[in-house]
This record gives sequence, structure tokens and C-alpha cells, in this order.
Amino acid sequence: MNVSLLQHLAMNIEETASIILFGIGFTILLLHPNLVKKIMGMNIMDTATYLFLAAKGYITGRAVPIVVDGVQDVEAYINPVPSGLVLTGIVVSVSTTALMLALVVRLYERYHSLDLDEILILAKEEEEQI
Amino acid sequence: MSRKRDNYDTSRWKRFKSWLDGETDLLEHGMEAHEAVMRSQDPVVMPVHGEGKEILKAKEIWRFKRFYKVMSVLLCLGVILVLLWTVASLPITGDAANPDNNEVVARYIERGLQETGAVNIVTGMILDYRAFDTFGESCVLFIGSCCVLLLLRLDGNSKHEELEKLVAETNDRHYEPKDDIILQKCSCVLVPVILIFGIYIVLNGHLSPGGGFSGGAVLGSGLILYQNAFGYERMGKLFTEKVYKRTTLCALTFYCLAKSYSFFTGANHLESGIPLGTPGAILSSGLILPLNICVGLVVACTMYTFYTLFRKGGM
Repeated sequence: MNVSLLQHLAMNIEETASIILFGIGFTILLLHPNLVKKIMGMNIMDTATYLFLAAKGYITGRAVPIVVDGVQDVEAYINPVPSGLVLTGIVVSVSTTALMLALVVRLYERYHSLDLDEILILAKEEEEQI
Repeated sequence: MSRKRDNYDTSRWKRFKSWLDGETDLLEHGMEAHEAVMRSQDPVVMPVHGEGKEILKAKEIWRFKRFYKVMSVLLCLGVILVLLWTVASLPITGDAANPDNNEVVARYIERGLQETGAVNIVTGMILDYRAFDTFGESCVLFIGSCCVLLLLRLDGNSKHEELEKLVAETNDRHYEPKDDIILQKCSCVLVPVILIFGIYIVLNGHLSPGGGFSGGAVLGSGLILYQNAFGYERMGKLFTEKVYKRTTLCALTFYCLAKSYSFFTGANHLESGIPLGTPGAILSSGLILPLNICVGLVVACTMYTFYTLFRKGGM
């Protein structure tokens, strides 16, 4: 069991890819000033999570968990639990994306800007005026 | 010998180059699109400060931005490194001996067909063993659409909102031609096919890949296409806010009651009286088919509601 770190990462290539995707999404979320692109970053993070879950549920050489010809052996099918979790994740991400976009629409109507820094400055100035 | 380029001003290359440089907009003449009309709103007035104070403030903001950027890059790199380190110590992908392939999974696969009657093990799992999880998901969708409704609806109570509603309605078809004949003819062919395909996916959720969520999304997209082609007046005959409220409420209530009943009888070892039927038949697997239909209705309604709310703030 003397496998180096990089070799292990290469063997878990799906998980590595999903972590890198997650990192890309997280970086966009933090660094991009545009609110719509922040939401896109959030969606990339969601996708990375699905990829991770799907990769965890996969077992080499086994079939989709739909019973064919009455075969009900554990050795025949992949793990069905992560598939259900991915379904949950997709539904929740759709709802949160819609909610965030609605909030962005309201913010744009008020401040006529999608730039978070500009919005923060305008909001602070408005507060000071009161 | 090179060709003489006397018509450079009208050549494609010149147009492409000027488009690249941002001098002209290719969409300006060819499309029917119009300039977006700003919604009537008082412009935010910038307060006037003393010059010295302004510069100080700008410097402070600049410094904060710099600090924020450096810290976020560090944080992102840290998160990626820690997660990669975790991945490096995870078990190898695709190995059957992984700890997540435990006795729960074995039970789902070996006894799922007998206990739930669903050929599709995933559907049997999410709509029978873990049905309340799916109920929560449907509620998340419903609450999501309620929140979007709260945020975006224009109901015309005050004069200002009434004006806004009027502007939204006139703007609604501003960007595209009204009653486009190509779109209408195409959607005449496509919408029935899409709707039938969506219904097929919903009804076959326990037999093949699919189910309420994916089928509902297909149904919702069919509704959106129909709405795009024929406008709100035709759509209003089929789908209004009242229809949305009633469908969603009925579907969620039925889901909750049916599943509560089956869980109650199951937990107390009572006879539930729900026939499981022959596995593989369309009318089989007990409650899964009606629950799939409920979920499909909720998802289709929610998708369409999201679309209309974002488009004009109402149904």
C-alpha cells in the first residue's frame, strides 16, 4: 500500500475532477463581482457535487439499478443510493437558483447594477442618508 | 499577383474586424430586437462629499478590494488543497468493497422488487423507502416558487405597481415578433409530442429511467414552448394562477396523506390494502405510480411558474 498521493488522485480521477470543478465554482463565487456570474459559479459547484456523488456510487462493470430478467443479485447492480441523492441535489439547486435570480432581479430594479461592489456602496450611501 | 482590394470598406473582413473592435453591432439591423426600456424608477442620487473625504474613501475601498481578492484566492486554494487531500485518502472509485456499498444497498437491491414492486430500484427507493425525503423535495420546489412569487409578483395594489405592471406587459413581447408564424407552426407539431413524452416518462417512472422530476421538467418545457408561441391569452384558458394553486396543493396533500397512511400501516404491521401488482406492468408497485404523477404535476407547474414570473411577474 505504498501508493503516492498523486497516483491515488489519478486513480480517483472523477473525484479529482469534481473537486477541481468545485474549486472553480467557489473561486467564481468569491471573486467575480457580477451577481449573475456568482450564481453561475454556485451552479458549477452544484454540478461538481453531482459528479462526486455519481462517482462514489459507481462500481466497475456493473449495470444500472433497473431489474432486468429478474436478476436481483447485489453483484449485478451499482449503488442506487447516490442516484437518489443526486436527484435531491438537482431539485434543491433548481429552487435555490430561481430564488437567487429573483433576488438579483429585485436588486437590479432598485440599484440598476449587477456589480456587487457598486450595490454595496450604493446601499451604504443610502443608509448614511437616512 | 494579388487581387486589387478596392471594396475593402464593404467586405466581410472589414465588418468582422469592426465587430471585433466593438465599433458596430451586427445585431443592430438584422434583428427585430429593440432597445430595452428601463423600468420607471427614481434614479439613485449620489450624495456629494468633500473632495478629500472622497479620495480617502476610494483609497479605503481599493485597499479593501485588494485585501478581499488576496484572501479569497488563498481561501479557494486552501479549500481545493484540503479537498484534494481528502480525495487522495478516499477509497478507489468503482471498487465493490467500498464502505458505501453496505447492507442497506444490498437490501434495496435484493428485496426491493418484492417490497416495493418497482422494477427501477432507484424509484422504488426514493418513492417507497425514502418517500418523505421526496415529499420534502417537492415542498422545497413549492416553497421556492412561492418565494419567487413573493419577490417578483406585480399585483397592482398601488398606483406605482399598477404602472409597473403595465410597463411589464407592454415590454413582454417587445423583444420578439408577435404571433410568429414559424414558431406557431413548429410548436403545433412539437408541443403535443413533448407533452406526450413527458407523460410517458412520468407514468413509466417505476419501469424505466425517469419519473416525476424528469417527466415534470419535460412537461413544463412543453408548456413554456406553447406559451411562447401563442401568448398569454391562449395559455390563460389552460393554465392560470388558480389552476397552479389547486394542482400543486392537491398533489402535495395527496402525497402527504397517501404516504402517511402507508407508513402508518407499515410501522404497525397492519394490512395496508394497497396491491403491488405484477412487477413490470404499468399498473403495479402500489403507491409509486400516483406519487410519481403528483411529483410530476408539482414540477411541471413550478417550472412554468418560474418562467412566467421571471418574464412578466404574474401568470
